Amino acid sequence: MSGQEIIFWALSTIAFICAIYTVIAKNPIFSAISLLMCFACIAGHYLLLNAQFLFIVHIIVYAGAIMVLFLTTLMLMNLNDETEKHKPAIAQIAAIVVSVVMGLILIVAVHKAGLILPAKPVTQGVGMIGSLGKVLLDEYFYPFEFISILLLSAMVGVVLLTKKDKKTEYK
Amino acid sequence: MTLLTIFENPHITINDYIAVSTVLFTIGVLGVLYRRNAITIFMCVELMLNSVNLLLVAFSTYHHDTSGQVFVFFTMAVAAAEVAVGLAILVTIFRNIHSVDIDELKNLKN
Repeated sequence: MSGQEIIFWALSTIAFICAIYTVIAKNPIFSAISLLMCFACIAGHYLLLNAQFLFIVHIIVYAGAIMVLFLTTLMLMNLNDETEKHKPAIAQIAAIVVSVVMGLILIVAVHKAGLILPAKPVTQGVGMIGSLGKVLLDEYFYPFEFISILLLSAMVGVVLLTKKDKKTEYK
Repeated sequence: MTLLTIFENPHITINDYIAVSTVLFTIGVLGVLYRRNAITIFMCVELMLNSVNLLLVAFSTYHHDTSGQVFVFFTMAVAAAEVAVGLAILVTIFRNIHSVDIDELKNLKN
């Protein structure tokens, strides 16, 4: 086994363990922290795939922005494992069976289909910020500008949603 | 300077990445079906988004095509907007019914 393989399987295994703990942890704070570790492992995969720009963006967006939002919301709601309720056992068993069968079907379908084309010859530096920036600001310039409009409208929407409105409270 | 990608290694193929991201996606689906807490369900949706992103980056590196990584960049921006709006909706729900348990949200049922 070479070093790359060891890193690949170690990152994958830690990501699986953390993802499963995200699902089964009683306390939502532990779910959030283990989801953060899972995202860190996925960031390691990006580095292994030589996607350095996306590695940095992933760390900034997920660890920096999204997890802070999650943890702040959890703090505002004051949830802990005493207030946590679980589905009935039959629903939990059904959920496990359905998701395992779905995963098996997906893996088998992709392996049987044989749709994967052979790789193209190597061109220089695919995941580097230089080549990515050229494509982003040339070919995908208008979607890139629309993203800023989307983020602005999301920001306005969030402020509107969380503003306290006495008239519309229904309980 | 170009670093060697992982696909130069003969023992790791694109099929391994397909398997890894399928398993992560399945764990996300399991979480959505298994939990009652809306915030944990939201985290599992994020996990599914990330597994798909991982597969897009793997195929982009495999085919030496930058467009896949640009697509992942857009997905991340949309995911950030989605999380902000979704958590705002959850905070509003919590303010009204003092719970984020999805089994309590039965106003449409009767």
